[in-house]
Amino acid sequence: MSITYLEAIREAQAKLLRDDKRVFIYGQDVGGTFGGAFKATKGLAKEFPGRVLNTPISEDAMVGTAIGAAMEGMRPIVEMQFADFSSIALNQVLNNAGTIFWRTGISCPITIRLPSGGTKGSGPFHSQSMEALYSHYPGLIVMTPATVEDAYTMLIEAVAIDDPVVYCEHKYLYYHLKADRLPSEGLPVGQARIARVGRDLTIVSYSAMLHESLTAAEKLAREGLEIEVVDLRSVKPLDTATVLASVARTGRLLAVGESFPWGGVTAEVIARVAAEGFHLLDAAPARVNAKDTPIPYHPNLWSAHRPSSDAIVAKARQLLRE
Amino acid sequence: MIENFLGSTADVGYNRPMLQTARPKEKPGIAGPPHERYFDAFGWMLLARTFEEKLASLYRGGRITGGVYVGKGQEAVSVACGIFLRKGDVFAPLIRDQAGRSAFGEPLVDVARTYLGSRQGPMRGRDGNIHRGRPREGQLAMISHLGAMISVVVGSLMAKRWRGEKGFIGLTTIGEGGMQTGSTHEGLNIAAVEQVPLVVVATNNHFAYSTPNEREFACQALVDRALGYGFEGYEVDGTDLAACLDVIGSAVKRARAGRPPQLVVASILRLAGHGEHDDFSYVTEDIRKQPFARDCLQLAERFITENKLVDAETLRAWRDQAAQEVEQAFSTAQKEPVPEGTEEDWCAISTRVLCDQAE
Repeated sequence: MSITYLEAIREAQAKLLRDDKRVFIYGQDVGGTFGGAFKATKGLAKEFPGRVLNTPISEDAMVGTAIGAAMEGMRPIVEMQFADFSSIALNQVLNNAGTIFWRTGISCPITIRLPSGGTKGSGPFHSQSMEALYSHYPGLIVMTPATVEDAYTMLIEAVAIDDPVVYCEHKYLYYHLKADRLPSEGLPVGQARIARVGRDLTIVSYSAMLHESLTAAEKLAREGLEIEVVDLRSVKPLDTATVLASVARTGRLLAVGESFPWGGVTAEVIARVAAEGFHLLDAAPARVNAKDTPIPYHPNLWSAHRPSSDAIVAKARQLLRE
Repeated sequence: MIENFLGSTADVGYNRPMLQTARPKEKPGIAGPPHERYFDAFGWMLLARTFEEKLASLYRGGRITGGVYVGKGQEAVSVACGIFLRKGDVFAPLIRDQAGRSAFGEPLVDVARTYLGSRQGPMRGRDGNIHRGRPREGQLAMISHLGAMISVVVGSLMAKRWRGEKGFIGLTTIGEGGMQTGSTHEGLNIAAVEQVPLVVVATNNHFAYSTPNEREFACQALVDRALGYGFEGYEVDGTDLAACLDVIGSAVKRARAGRPPQLVVASILRLAGHGEHDDFSYVTEDIRKQPFARDCLQLAERFITENKLVDAETLRAWRDQAAQEVEQAFSTAQKEPVPEGTEEDWCAISTRVLCDQAE
């Protein structure tokens, strides 16, 4: 038996609905017999009547409603149909959810699921990775699971946390990534994982880019290069200690992210290592990001826009020559 | 045809003639107040006005950091928003709602604390002026982005319904300026979709900061939108306390009785600047002569005196008491410690172990 990343997300929600009466799911097309644009809530409306609710196309009001319910003790999960559309709800997420605890001392335990990242042919408005934007603002926790196991345990943790969580699930991983079984527990949130051990170079990545990075490491291994790969798991909080410890072993840092380059997660990783571990570096740190244009539609353009394992290999080789 | 709460057979969700029937008849020599809560309401209006006059004078004296926003001219509408709410209800007021906040139970000292940044206030110096609230007590803390609180109230009401609470309602306020945001549109629509017991009171004070109505919206009457959203809609003369109590009080009753969400649109003129920094020179003499430009507090007081509802001594005693409460609120708050940057807890989330350690 095998379970996909997407099924893990569905199973986590089923478990949450089963175990916790405070949980409800709120989003476009999540209810009825439809079960969501990606079927992440398939069958849940029938199994949990009245707790998996379709909403109007109103991202702002979806999150606002979740905030009000959360302050009154509920544990809402909001599904954005695509991460890209959460831009309509930015005000509620950043200015309302993100400020409530600091301002009033009342926690706001909402989980917002963002089907994120690029897939072939999806174009500028169905492909975005918004983790850097949400991480920039205070008051939010931002998760970016890269494995089936993390997709499952981190979503369960997201709902248990008393603060707003932006849960970035990667659409590219939905069907391709499989595991034999679901774990009963995972690493604590906020702790990065060494996904591959090496000694020549540290690649820091997360979400779908973890897999491109692992493929790149595999290619470089054929040349006798040992690449260590760190999976951040959550980008906020960012586990700087694990990253620094890895750089201490390898002396070289390459940060890889699928998001746009300006001020992103990769920039933050490099800034922290440069500020706190400059002496650990044998070469200037480098990064690989998407290009600074809207995400293109055509597969030829898209595969050049998005960091590929080949692009990561090329950058790693360059870094290793220094 | 379903009979509505008021016993009329109209089920069109909007009923403007209501306005005429709700207006009090200002006949001389009537025996009692035109509404059972009239004197209570007048007391809160007086308290709010007295407090805000003091606040404005402290602002002019440089004693308040940040802005000061007052509800002068809006007290009758505001008090009617707060006075019918009870424990278990949710109130999401906006910037000109001192009278309503007080009527709903906000201690005056919390207002002074917030304006002075006291560590003992509900916002502890972390947020100021009108962005205050005590969510645990049903008073939500507004954000500045208009319309955002409507859906938040909807969610709170859904949670109460899930928990099996009975008889509660939510009330939130907005202005004609805030009615033009996308957030308001989404919030009103989702309120009707979720069929929550909500009252939205929209006060048209004729200016969004300095922008007049004709550059704000182009529909004939804002209340017409009620029908479009699936709300029941009413208009009221916001300068008339008795009318405000009648119309908003009836909307509250209808919401409690399970009618669809209620929209009340009140018409007034803001008798102060957007904030105390604003001289509101954009309000022309012509506008100041309009019926909606009358001062609701003066009108209520004139109504009380002309009809000899209370004697001059009682009125004076009410005023003295308001002044005393205001003095006490400020004198308490002024003695309290303010926050210090070096002692502040700079973690924006409640799960401390997950606080990011960025510099």
